Amino acid sequence: MSSSHIKIENVTFSRGSRRIFDGVSLEIPRGKVVAIMGPSGTGKTTLLRLIGGQLKPATGKVWVNDQCVSKLNREQLFSLRKDMGMLFQSGALFTDLSVFENVAFPLRIHTDLPEELIRDLVLIKLQAVGLRGASALYPSELSGGMNRRVALARTIALDPGIIMYDEPFTGLDPIAMGVVVQLIRTLNKVFGTTSIIVSHDLQETASIADIIYVIADGKLIGEGSPEALFNDPSPRVQQFIKGLPDGPVPFHYPARDFKEELLEGRNW
Amino acid sequence: MISTLRNIGQFVLGMLSVLGRSGEIWWRAIWRRPRLANAPLLFRQIYQLGVLSVVIIVLSGFSIGAVLALQGYNQLVQYGSESALGLGVALVLVMEIGPVVTGLLFAGRAGSAVTAEIGLMKATEQLSSMEMIGVDPLQRIVAPRLWAGFISMPILSLMFCVVGIWGASLVGVDWLGVYEGAFWSSMQQGVDFVSHVLKGIVKSVVFGLIVTWIAVFQGYDAEPTSEGIAAATTRTVVFSSVAVLILDFFLTLVMFNF
Repeated sequence: MSSSHIKIENVTFSRGSRRIFDGVSLEIPRGKVVAIMGPSGTGKTTLLRLIGGQLKPATGKVWVNDQCVSKLNREQLFSLRKDMGMLFQSGALFTDLSVFENVAFPLRIHTDLPEELIRDLVLIKLQAVGLRGASALYPSELSGGMNRRVALARTIALDPGIIMYDEPFTGLDPIAMGVVVQLIRTLNKVFGTTSIIVSHDLQETASIADIIYVIADGKLIGEGSPEALFNDPSPRVQQFIKGLPDGPVPFHYPARDFKEELLEGRNW
Repeated sequence: MISTLRNIGQFVLGMLSVLGRSGEIWWRAIWRRPRLANAPLLFRQIYQLGVLSVVIIVLSGFSIGAVLALQGYNQLVQYGSESALGLGVALVLVMEIGPVVTGLLFAGRAGSAVTAEIGLMKATEQLSSMEMIGVDPLQRIVAPRLWAGFISMPILSLMFCVVGIWGASLVGVDWLGVYEGAFWSSMQQGVDFVSHVLKGIVKSVVFGLIVTWIAVFQGYDAEPTSEGIAAATTRTVVFSSVAVLILDFFLTLVMFNF
């Protein structure tokens, strides 16, 4: 078994005419907390979907547990996903199920545990995200932040070996954010879970990540521990870390000259 | 010339792609061993698609049966053959109006609901999250709806015919005064189970399959935006209705030996 839990080799991927990844390669070691960072629209979520096999790369390979994800058939892919958890940006709770049933869903599908044990496990997971008291509510009765905390409880229900977090800190109040940060770290320490965090919340992510990869313009522009990245002399990395609008990474989507466009069509 | 050819080519490729994707969904959802654990999902969908459509089917069946009796009586009474009213109404309902109107109503009520529901599940990433949990949405979401449509449609169509005939008897016998014995006995003698009723049932099964197939595919393939779901729901109703009417012609052609 290789030390890399996930390996991405020279992956290219496009949406329509827009190239999202242009030969990206990176490795995610087993049992580490790895952050994928970068400006909005750089394909961080797309990367998670490539790892989960929901998208296929145009060229290159994605390896998970030494299996090439794009070569797996549908059954093999679903089997591989039993060891993966993904926290979606929107939460993606099943709206026809209660909070309790949402968290119980993966347990009911993939295990033959007796009902009492499922109940206990669900309550333990809900207690971890502070929502045991909301178990009878439906997703429509929850706030955005609560929704995502329930989704987190569902993601960790089966204690998967890989957990992918898509923007886990967005929309959380400071207390919930602290709890989630702590939970990700604890899961990693106690169960040796490989965690991949996609985020642009630099401080929170840097506080728990072992390795950070920075992606911009379809390429990997920086990698290393948070300390190494903060000291990286590359202007592209520094621009992202310091949050500067002007620099080698463009803030603006490609467009014509602003002044020219404003003046166009005016009769002076 | 070249651009026209290119447009035709693009259109044909687009059509083939839609056929391929919808066929794939059909294949993966239906031609797999049904799981006993999924039975509650099927019953729930039969309730959603079938049971909840009963009111509209009963109301429409009654109205159409009553109207057929009124119009039929007007024509038949001129030749003194109003005793054949029961037979005429029953044949029209069982062979044509029952399956076709039920198919159209089913497309409008259940088909549109299925498309909107699956489309919204896609837009809110519920289908993606199900896939990531390791559950195939085609088995859990699509298959029960396809089977529910397949099972519900013939039952709804039969219900439509029964209520239609009852509506016709209320108008024809109780109101317009057609002799009750002639109304029912002509029907009993003239309507054959294999030649008429069974063929109507076959039609309704085919319509049930096609409407739910279009509905689940449009939902599954919808662009995950408000506009995308609205357009997909409209396409479901339009395509299903047209498909029901066109298929009815060909089924009639084949089954009734023209």
